[in-house]
Amino acid sequence: MSKPILELKNVQTVVNKGTSNETMILKGINLEINDGDFITIVGTNGAGKSTLFNVIGGNLRADNGQILHNGKDITNSSEEDRTAFLARVFQDPKLGTAPRMTVAENMLLATKRGERRHLIPRKLKQNMARFTKLAATMNNGLEDRMTTATGALSGGQRQALSFLMATLKRPDILLLDEHTAALDPHTSLNLLHATNERITHDHLTALMITHHLEDALTYGNRLIVLKDGQIKADFSGPEKEQLTVDKLYQYFED
Amino acid sequence: MNLIVSSIGQGLLWALLGLGLYLTFRILDFCDMTVEGTFPLGAATAVTAITHGVSPLLATLLAVGTGMIAGLVTGLLYTKGKIPSLLAGILTMTAIYSVNLRIMGKSNISLLGKPTLFNGALKNLPQYFDSVTLGLIVIAIVTILMVAFLATDYGQAFIATGDNPTMAKAFGIHTDKMVIVGLMVSNGMVGLCGALIAQNNGYADVNMGIGTIVIALASIIIGEVAFGELTLNQRLVAVTLGSIIYRLILLAVLQLGFSANDLNLISSIVLAISMMIPQFEQHLNIKKPILRGVQPHE
Repeated sequence: MSKPILELKNVQTVVNKGTSNETMILKGINLEINDGDFITIVGTNGAGKSTLFNVIGGNLRADNGQILHNGKDITNSSEEDRTAFLARVFQDPKLGTAPRMTVAENMLLATKRGERRHLIPRKLKQNMARFTKLAATMNNGLEDRMTTATGALSGGQRQALSFLMATLKRPDILLLDEHTAALDPHTSLNLLHATNERITHDHLTALMITHHLEDALTYGNRLIVLKDGQIKADFSGPEKEQLTVDKLYQYFED
Repeated sequence: MNLIVSSIGQGLLWALLGLGLYLTFRILDFCDMTVEGTFPLGAATAVTAITHGVSPLLATLLAVGTGMIAGLVTGLLYTKGKIPSLLAGILTMTAIYSVNLRIMGKSNISLLGKPTLFNGALKNLPQYFDSVTLGLIVIAIVTILMVAFLATDYGQAFIATGDNPTMAKAFGIHTDKMVIVGLMVSNGMVGLCGALIAQNNGYADVNMGIGTIVIALASIIIGEVAFGELTLNQRLVAVTLGSIIYRLILLAVLQLGFSANDLNLISSIVLAISMMIPQFEQHLNIKKPILRGVQPHE
């Protein structure tokens, strides 16, 4: 076994510290994410799924515990610094793209994820052909709207673009926070297919939060059930393949 | 005729203020009140330096420097101090008032008989053409630099910061740094504007900043209302044209018999009307103005 690409050791987070509302959200998460893992994450509202992503992404600091990237402690590194190896797609299509910039401009920004940006010409034209080709892989007409401001795109196109941008520069870890939840069933399915295609084809390591138990079972090689700030179950390989919606549903009862 | 040339010259010089504010107000989505302090700060710096024997060019550059420091202060208050943008600007603006009095030592300094950028090489031009010439040169340089800057990798990250800070951060852009740089560059330009206007007027006055933000916004908004949907680069030119139109409107109003004391009232009314035009749009069937800010280019 190779070393895990990302490791969480007894990670805890507390909100409203020092007030009467003090609550522990993550109650000691231990998780090893291996290279090539495609992990789907399910859990009730308030289980701590989004908090887990925020702690991994760095816009929320762990109050306890340790986060290691390739064995290196990144518990206290900033959100901006972590983007060098980490990419995210948010649930809200509005969050993932700059609305007044064009599709191509957004993609150009994404090619430099986590890098220093210099006072050198942006070279948009030179990248146009590559970007258009990439956009065409989403099968939703995005390639015809390269010079359109993303604010004028449909939610589905915006979210497909967000996903493309997150994977344009290969991330070590890809975080998908219910990234198809705001879309209609058909568009959502399309994006899920494209997501799965890209992740398997490029052997990306990804974590995907979803509320659809079928999706959680269909996609990925590993499934984690989060409940009350703790990992209640962690299925992988054949164990995950034999899992059914009914069995999974039991974790949501009581 | 002279009055019109004079207005165009004033419009060109004051356009710097609009362009400076465009960076923060439109691109960063940051309403920066600092400019009301930075403008007289630039004037005070330049005029005081000139009266102490500094060359007008160096004095003008010093004004850019003090303007940038003011922008830095507001930027730090906002990003590190977590003070809301509007309040951060007002704090700096208020503090600068005292700083200006310290710099000048009194509330008004005249440049009578002193060298300025306008009575050097431009001395032999017909009346008012000095400000038109210098205004054109400065605006051309500043606009070209802005266009070039915004089309760099850094400039694109700057635009993204104002457009969607969440997304910018998710791609590793240090948004706090971008806001600070933007405020510094913007206020540097406003300081430059103050220095040029003071040299053109022949004096610096501690109260000359009052109303400047309205003038800057008027240039931006008039440019947008007048020219409608434009690319980003065209928009920067529209700010300068907006500034000239604003001066011509003022000229027309003054010709109607209003006095210079009414200027701030008139400025506000002009800006208010420009901003309300989109509301009347459907009723009056005016060409659709775009007030969305940075427009995608190409």
